[in-house]
Amino acid sequence: MSEMSKIVRTITSIAFPFAMIYGLYVIAHGHLTPGGGFQGGAIVASACVMILVAFGSKWTLDKIKEKRLSVFESIGAVAFIGLAFLGLIFGTVFFNNFLVGNEYLFGVIPTTGVANINTAGILPLMNFAVGLKVIAGLFAIVLVMAYATTNYKEGKK
Amino acid sequence: MSKRNLAAAASLSIIAVIFLFSALLMHSFGVPDESEMDQYVIDNTQAETGANNGVTSVVFDYRGFDTLGEATVLFTAVAGVIMIFRRRKE
Repeated sequence: MSEMSKIVRTITSIAFPFAMIYGLYVIAHGHLTPGGGFQGGAIVASACVMILVAFGSKWTLDKIKEKRLSVFESIGAVAFIGLAFLGLIFGTVFFNNFLVGNEYLFGVIPTTGVANINTAGILPLMNFAVGLKVIAGLFAIVLVMAYATTNYKEGKK
Repeated sequence: MSKRNLAAAASLSIIAVIFLFSALLMHSFGVPDESEMDQYVIDNTQAETGANNGVTSVVFDYRGFDTLGEATVLFTAVAGVIMIFRRRKE
């Protein structure tokens, strides 16, 4: 995948931070507003794919390799399952929400209509884990496919 | 008409009757059956999970195993795509 024209690259550079911030907002507020780890991760991965399409796979592969992305994806998966097992250790059962009820970390029980981000126990942490997993996973898929096409074209030449 | 066609017609008509009955017995659109579980989630999600967003509390807490399966599906998909499109060593 070769890079596109200068107009497209400039517009992408302008639009990229907004898409990134929106996706990270959706992930961080997963327990308050519609959305969550999967949806926000898909938005952030789409922003990264926009960069890949505009700037070309060679430029993007100079910046980040898919091996690093798959490491991040594994970190997300291990964090997700680890949080579930922490529920088994500190609480009662697998996937137990053991952080609800303490006053310090995500433990406040909210009243209706009040959007307090310090609530919901392990749900925000799980949203972060799943979001990391989805960002890295989806971007790794597209990056690997883009690299395969470039490699193919270069081999043909 | 051969025996084969007769059998096909009979089985098709039986299936059509079954579908017709199930279509007539469906409850009307937009009026779901009341169940104990959704009322329980609506009543207790804020006190039990502390989340203002009921959907997230169902996805990550009440039905966490479902999300674990989804994450596994995503992991398998990524692993498969990376395996197919991996870089060859020259």
